Amino acid sequence: MTLKYLLEKEFLQIKRNKFMPRMIFILPFVALALFPLVANFEVKNINLAVVDNDHSSFSARLIQKTASSGYFHLTRTTADYQTALHHIEQDDADVILEIAPGFEKNLMNYQPAEVLISTNTVNGMKGGLSSMYLSGIISDFSAEIRAKHLQINSILKANSLEIIPRYDYNPHLEYKYTMVPAILMMMLAMLSGFLPALNIVGEKEKGTIEQLNVTPVSKFTLILSKLIPYWVIGFIVLTICFLVAWMFYGMISAGGYLQIYLFAAVFVLAFSGLGLVISNYANTVQQAMFMMFFFVITFIFLSGLYTPVSSMPGWTQTLSRISPLRYMVEVLRFIFLKGSNFFDLKWHFAALCGFAVLFNGWAVLSYRKTN
Amino acid sequence: MISCKNISKKYKKVQALSDISFEVKPGEIFGLIGPDGAGKTTLFRILTTLILADEGVASVDGLDVVNDYKLIRERVGYMPGRFSLYQDLSVEENLNFFATVFNTTVEENYELVRDIYQQIEPFKTRKAGKLSGGMKQKLALSCALIHKPTVLFLDEPTTGVDPVSRKEFWGMLKNLQQQGITILVSTPYMDEASLCDRIALIQKGRLLTIDSPGKIADGFKKTLLSVSAENMSLLLTDLRTIPEVENCYAFGDSHHITLKNRTSRYEQEHSDSKGKKDNEIEFIINDLKVTLEAKNHLNIIIKEIKPGIEDCFMELSKNNL
Repeated sequence: MTLKYLLEKEFLQIKRNKFMPRMIFILPFVALALFPLVANFEVKNINLAVVDNDHSSFSARLIQKTASSGYFHLTRTTADYQTALHHIEQDDADVILEIAPGFEKNLMNYQPAEVLISTNTVNGMKGGLSSMYLSGIISDFSAEIRAKHLQINSILKANSLEIIPRYDYNPHLEYKYTMVPAILMMMLAMLSGFLPALNIVGEKEKGTIEQLNVTPVSKFTLILSKLIPYWVIGFIVLTICFLVAWMFYGMISAGGYLQIYLFAAVFVLAFSGLGLVISNYANTVQQAMFMMFFFVITFIFLSGLYTPVSSMPGWTQTLSRISPLRYMVEVLRFIFLKGSNFFDLKWHFAALCGFAVLFNGWAVLSYRKTN
Repeated sequence: MISCKNISKKYKKVQALSDISFEVKPGEIFGLIGPDGAGKTTLFRILTTLILADEGVASVDGLDVVNDYKLIRERVGYMPGRFSLYQDLSVEENLNFFATVFNTTVEENYELVRDIYQQIEPFKTRKAGKLSGGMKQKLALSCALIHKPTVLFLDEPTTGVDPVSRKEFWGMLKNLQQQGITILVSTPYMDEASLCDRIALIQKGRLLTIDSPGKIADGFKKTLLSVSAENMSLLLTDLRTIPEVENCYAFGDSHHITLKNRTSRYEQEHSDSKGKKDNEIEFIINDLKVTLEAKNHLNIIIKEIKPGIEDCFMELSKNNL
């Protein structure tokens, strides 16, 4: 009965707050509309400097092919390697393609033709990928040349093997399809973790919790009154995220939405519980912010949201099991992209339930009216 | 109604309360008087079951603060020193909220808060955060009273409130007392002490004395003089250098002093006559005036005054260092 009045008060306060209701709508909206586009590991617009020492029709065709691949911008054509290197130092170019003299002649005479690829790897991923793209283009080019101009290809072709990859669940290897479910969960974790923590610590700072503590309201009721509003908010955020995913990316879950809501319900409960635990130890909003930030960031990086868990060092793979986000990100990717059902994910569900019980139990126990 | 026996509380290195024992009788206004940091709030928090004492036992309305804390919370009203109602809720919403968490309604106990609440009722849709200091205090008192408590704990209710509202507030407390509510109130203002039935002076976590304000003032046995001159700060330093002056404190627009061996020199010079006390004080005052004039002070005014609670506090706190 008292819970009803406590909840009425919470919702009234959320409604009164000028900032919060907007944040609840804007944050997931912007995050989902923007982040999948920018958090993209595809490398494009690589600046290419070319040193053509051959000046033959073949070298010109290779340059032409590279420039038209869509990945490279031909920004510089220099006379020698030193100048090209200088352009890399000036950040005008990312990759140098140097074609050795006699390139055409060697190709025609069945001799190995030399090409040098030199990459700026200050950004390791960009460097690695651009040299990979470039060597792909070059080998493609050499195969083409041999097929067209050299008649011996008929013998070679018989031995060559072509690999045709098939990408399941995300046929075009679109990065955003992997990121949308992950970012969706990140938003849910942030909002459902931060808000209750900041709410309780805010009441501590303002002293209102003290007034509430001298009332007969039990701590269980009080904690419930702080959990339920953020549970509801969690569902709203999730729904907004689904709408954005559908409107902006045309993404519709392969699995049932109800399942996702079921998992999300437990997940939000777990994260709100964590928020409450933190609020019991923090005395100021600032402390709570930093503590929550620490946990959320740790959980996000351990969750395999950005980098696959399987490529982490062994011990962090084990450590990633303590991140509730890991389970939820997996669940969402599986349901959303793969169409997994509840029984495929029953252990994930059990793990999330475990976190929810752990954090909320801890929150109730550590909520002391004494200090 | 409230009883404390040997209560002690330590915060890491600071001994907040040591060996506090006192009783508050039913229907009494009991004042806890002491400067900031004396331990008043800690004592309130122990009695309102918010924190646990390290040692000692306390009971409120016959209920133990540790074992029966749930029952105590149902029947005490607590107004913390800092305004701690929801600033983003309106006056009305705050009152309703606190009524409902005590499983009652505003209508049920309206009688008790009517006099106080009526003064803020015109602003009932205003947010609590937008009220003036005096109105906030009235709202806080209404919220603390809405469940008809038997004991009311008011922690520095008049701190930061203007003199008119303070006076009004004490009037309200007197009315509540007539309705049978026991009130424990703390204040750093010594002038409010006389409005309590009984007071306890507290300093550095120790009780200096417990009695009615009148009796505490009567307990001040020394002659008290108020001294003022043109240069007050120089006067304070000079007074402290005079060997006959025992204590000297700055008290607003004058300095209060007590003298040591106040009769010795007078008796030496007037050993034959058994003069009246008045003559003796006159002699002392003249003597002091001469000494101060010799130190180039102008417009010296010295007169005997009746000791107030603050003078008693100063005198008693000397022994509590």
